[in-house]
Amino acid sequence: MPAQNDDEKEDKSGRPTKAVVGSHRDEEEVFGKAYDPRIIRRIWSFVKPYQSRIFISVAAVLVFTLTQLAIPLVIRYAIDHGMAPGRLDRSVMIGATVAFAGIILINYAASHVQETVVGKVAENVLSDLRRAMFSHLQRVSLSFMDKTEVGRLMSRLQGDVNSMQEFLETSVMSVGDIVLLFGIVSVLLWLDFRLGLLTLSTMPMLFIVRLFWLPRAKVAFMAAHETNSIANGALAEGIHGVRTVQSLERQHVNFDLYDEKVLANLNAHLRSAKYAQVMVPIVDTLTGIAMATVIVVGGSMVLSHSLDVGVMVAFLFYIQRFFDPIRSLTMQYSVMQRAMASGQRISEVLDVPVEVSDRPGAVSLSRDMDGSVEFRNVTFGYRQNLPVLKDISFRVNPGETVALVGPTGSGKSSSMALVHRFYDVWSGEVLVGGHDVRDLTQDSLGDQVAMVLQEPFLFSGTVLENIRYHKTSAIREEVVRAAKAVGAHDFIEDLPDGYDTELEQRGGNLSLGQRQLISFARALVADAKILVLDEATASIDSYTEMLIQKALVTLLEGRTGLVIAHRLATIRGADRIIVLQNGEIVESGNHEQLMERKGLYARLYNMNYASFDDISEEDMERDMAVGKAT
Amino acid sequence: MNTQAIGSAPERGKSFAHVAEASWGKGLSTLLRIVRMTLRHPWQVAITLVSTFIAATLQLFIPRLLGRAIDQAQGVVAAGGAAAEHALWNTALILLAVSVLRGLFTMAQNYYGEAVGHRTGYELRLAFYEKIQRLSFAYHDRVHTGDLITLGLLDLDGVRMFFATGILRVVLLGVLIGVGAYLLISTDLVLGLLSLSFVPFVAWRSSVTQLKLRSTWLTLQERLSVLSRVMDENLGGIRVVRAFAAQDHEMEKFDRAKQDALALANRRVEIRVGNTSAMNFSFLAAMGLVLWFGGQKVIAGQISVGTLAQFLTFMTILQMPVRQLGLMVNSFARASTCGTRLFELLDTELDIEDAPDARDLVVTDGLLRFDNVGFRYEGASGRPALSGISFEARPGETVGIVGPPGSGKSTIAHLIPRFYDVTSGTITLDGQDIRGVTLQSLRKAVGVVQQDAFLFTTSIENNIAYGNPWARETRIERAAESAQLHNYIIGLPAGYTTVVGERGASLSGGQRQRLTIARSLMLRPSVLVFDDSTAAVDAGTEQRIRAAMKRFAKDRVTLIISHRLSSLMHADQILFVDGGRIVERGTHEELLALGGRYRALYDLQLRPDEDRLEGAA
Repeated sequence: MPAQNDDEKEDKSGRPTKAVVGSHRDEEEVFGKAYDPRIIRRIWSFVKPYQSRIFISVAAVLVFTLTQLAIPLVIRYAIDHGMAPGRLDRSVMIGATVAFAGIILINYAASHVQETVVGKVAENVLSDLRRAMFSHLQRVSLSFMDKTEVGRLMSRLQGDVNSMQEFLETSVMSVGDIVLLFGIVSVLLWLDFRLGLLTLSTMPMLFIVRLFWLPRAKVAFMAAHETNSIANGALAEGIHGVRTVQSLERQHVNFDLYDEKVLANLNAHLRSAKYAQVMVPIVDTLTGIAMATVIVVGGSMVLSHSLDVGVMVAFLFYIQRFFDPIRSLTMQYSVMQRAMASGQRISEVLDVPVEVSDRPGAVSLSRDMDGSVEFRNVTFGYRQNLPVLKDISFRVNPGETVALVGPTGSGKSSSMALVHRFYDVWSGEVLVGGHDVRDLTQDSLGDQVAMVLQEPFLFSGTVLENIRYHKTSAIREEVVRAAKAVGAHDFIEDLPDGYDTELEQRGGNLSLGQRQLISFARALVADAKILVLDEATASIDSYTEMLIQKALVTLLEGRTGLVIAHRLATIRGADRIIVLQNGEIVESGNHEQLMERKGLYARLYNMNYASFDDISEEDMERDMAVGKAT
Repeated sequence: MNTQAIGSAPERGKSFAHVAEASWGKGLSTLLRIVRMTLRHPWQVAITLVSTFIAATLQLFIPRLLGRAIDQAQGVVAAGGAAAEHALWNTALILLAVSVLRGLFTMAQNYYGEAVGHRTGYELRLAFYEKIQRLSFAYHDRVHTGDLITLGLLDLDGVRMFFATGILRVVLLGVLIGVGAYLLISTDLVLGLLSLSFVPFVAWRSSVTQLKLRSTWLTLQERLSVLSRVMDENLGGIRVVRAFAAQDHEMEKFDRAKQDALALANRRVEIRVGNTSAMNFSFLAAMGLVLWFGGQKVIAGQISVGTLAQFLTFMTILQMPVRQLGLMVNSFARASTCGTRLFELLDTELDIEDAPDARDLVVTDGLLRFDNVGFRYEGASGRPALSGISFEARPGETVGIVGPPGSGKSTIAHLIPRFYDVTSGTITLDGQDIRGVTLQSLRKAVGVVQQDAFLFTTSIENNIAYGNPWARETRIERAAESAQLHNYIIGLPAGYTTVVGERGASLSGGQRQRLTIARSLMLRPSVLVFDDSTAAVDAGTEQRIRAAMKRFAKDRVTLIISHRLSSLMHADQILFVDGGRIVERGTHEELLALGGRYRALYDLQLRPDEDRLEGAA
């Protein structure tokens, strides 16, 4: 071992100082304000289409609550008028039973209607909400998409939308709970004012207890939730990175760290269970007090014949339902808070401005256009005052292939994005087929400009579906012809199901080179007049590399090509080379001309790199220094 | 627990199928094993069960006390004012005491029930994590990460919740229905039977519905994961979507997936609601019957109003637990399938572990030797991945391995740290068979820089020090310097504390690979293998890395596996691998002179560049 480690005697007995498992990003606000009129309005705009159904369900909930209130009253009626001593009456019994039967039928129907309607409306609203967000994301500017992680958007589309479900489902129920609460209070007071008042005096106690309990319990519940997701994150990381863990022998360290996280989660769960369960004896005690009150006070009143025994029975029935609405209404408060927080985040997505859209009267780019591309004094950037392209002008004639070269950050990719109008220029104009791209419909522009990205992105589905991604109407022969033309046919045929092989997520079962070839075939099927291509920089084995070079020639045949070129072969094959640096064109011409000029291109070329992107910044700086010196 | 969140993770794919397949054969033994696991906390289990029993029994007293109070109020039991009042007070106080006690015991039952579950879950989580970390590469090749995550989250939850939602409910229901039925029927046969009449219907409905909801839930999760895949891919590939102006096509895909999920979600609402309202109705109908027949009996003077009230209140008490019977059935089904799968993983034997008499590897010189090594991937048919591989590398030597894709060159790298075990032949380090030494000592001595290595979401510093988290800053910086990454890192606003990885700052492919190289250098391995790990690093930087490492390379064997000849043409020995065999070997000059495969590859890759160099010179 090298001698220089003597200065580094590490103490491995203690806790490792540079180790963590799992990553934890601060959770987003889970609770918002309980009521935010702006967000309520937004949610309502999605509920509105189902307005009539909501009214039906609210009506049903009211009916349902009323039948629940009525049942003890029927029992009371039967007891007091049918079976009280001295008042035995069979006909009353029949009447009461018929009434009971009627009420439970209505109860059945109402609960059925209410729950079905609410459940379905909630599912539909969620689905609409998700669709609106997704559809909006299809149109928002790419600069927003560039800035935002996919995972973050997915959690909006899924987590936040899902957490609205509880809110939507329980809101209508809450109407019922409020009616039930007031219903019980009124019926008790109506049946016997004094006894009612006495019994009800326990109710505020629960309110007070819960007011104290809720904020503390919520902290405990949140902690349990959060430590759980931390522990799960660590587990997922352990699974994804297992090969690295094993090759670096980190198992023991990781196990101890994971143990800490799981233990923290266990303790948080136990704490939150304590909070949840402590309410049980409190509610039971209050129920006990209320029932004891009815027995002592109500019982004496019955004894002194100032109260019917049926009323006492009804009281006892009501008390058993007494605390349910209070419990669910206090819970509803947290549900509202959660929903507002999610609603806020959903609104944020829906409010992202759409920067690039068809202007009124935009024309469709016809297939007969000449296929030229022209940049006229284009200035463009992503952040204010930081232009990436500075007053760029060049023209690609129909059928010509132009290679854009230059170091990373020189503005190549931005130029390419502008041809497709992913962004709008700050000043100047980009013309395709002689039209300013802003005057064209985006769809027709997309039809005539095919793009091949550096990272070939494939969708799940079959190879066939991927190749005809743009032109779903393409027949199989067309697809096969394209695949043959780019040299992808052979390896596709070798796949288990040929063209019908299902690709794994993002084409995981293919090599990078193979994915590249499929994306070439895809562009070929799209058959656009203009091809914008960003060559892959990642190293591909020499055999596939050769195929790709050949395919490129096929692809560019008869098309106008704007290629961000990295490979020398591609660069040399281009009709013209434009050298970009810091957003400006520094040189242009063909290979021989540029070599003769002995400018930046010639210097870069002579540095013996397989591709210009390989040039590190240090080398660039060194070269710049040399360039200035000469 | 939060199945919703987990179910919606994008990588779920079709990983739900397993949860649906019932494995009744193994089911019983699985459930017994879960019970045994919970019994590791005997006191808490005992407290829970006793509390459940007491709480349920106390609850059964409440209808009796209410009935008695009503009778006392009517003067049926005790005649006379003062005595009756006294009796009422008596009943009221007993009722209050019973309520308080019942509350306390219910609290104990619920709390300890959950505690037992969480503790069992804690133990299972650790056991699961440990096992996952130790299972061989072959196992991880075979099993999808998504499935493992499902197993560790959803299945583990299913097992954890079994005690609280399965076993405890059985006890509770047993006491309530058993003791309750005895009390009621002994009081009045007809009324007793009538008030229990809703129990079998509700129990049946609830179980059937829960099982049905369970199976549709699995389908729904699958459909939702299709939907999330559509969204995830769309957002990830948004440039392709825009490039092909395929928004409409994408919306169609979305709508199809959405419609599928929505239709089923609506169907589930129907199943659920159909069930709850039917259960409610049957309960209320039974109540109506009790009221009718009970009323007749009261009129006939056979029972008192209090007794009738007792029956009616008893029914309200029984309603909840009976409705939850379906959840109990579900819990049993879930625990048995989840448990079977979970235990299968926990019981998997490790195919690569220390031999019983394994000793620590002692590196004296660091001589690496492959002796007629053959290897075949588990379950693979056709020709073996490697056969007859023999070579020797002395300390300070560099061996280059080159060959077309799929030739087996990476496999050679994986055999040295025993990610896989050789099928035939031996690999020795200083004469010690690598299968005879401890894994830990072997892997500390062998560093493999992998092609696309995993970066952990933490600081750059922690990532570099991953294999030695006790390392000092200076050592980390030196490794980064050797990997030509130091200058880049100190240029970052947060320097070495910059968070990288999935959720951190994005590094370019080349930077990731350099970070991986630094990570391997930290361990100062005696054998360092670059498994195509400089593919994304530019040639100039690679050269500087090589130069930086040369200083330490004299005691070390270096293996470079690459398809880029410029990376390995300076090696002391080059092996050209094809079809799992070494087809050519020698130095760069020897192989060029040989005019075989190596030469052909050279012509393809480097010739033009050299021409150019000459031209430029």
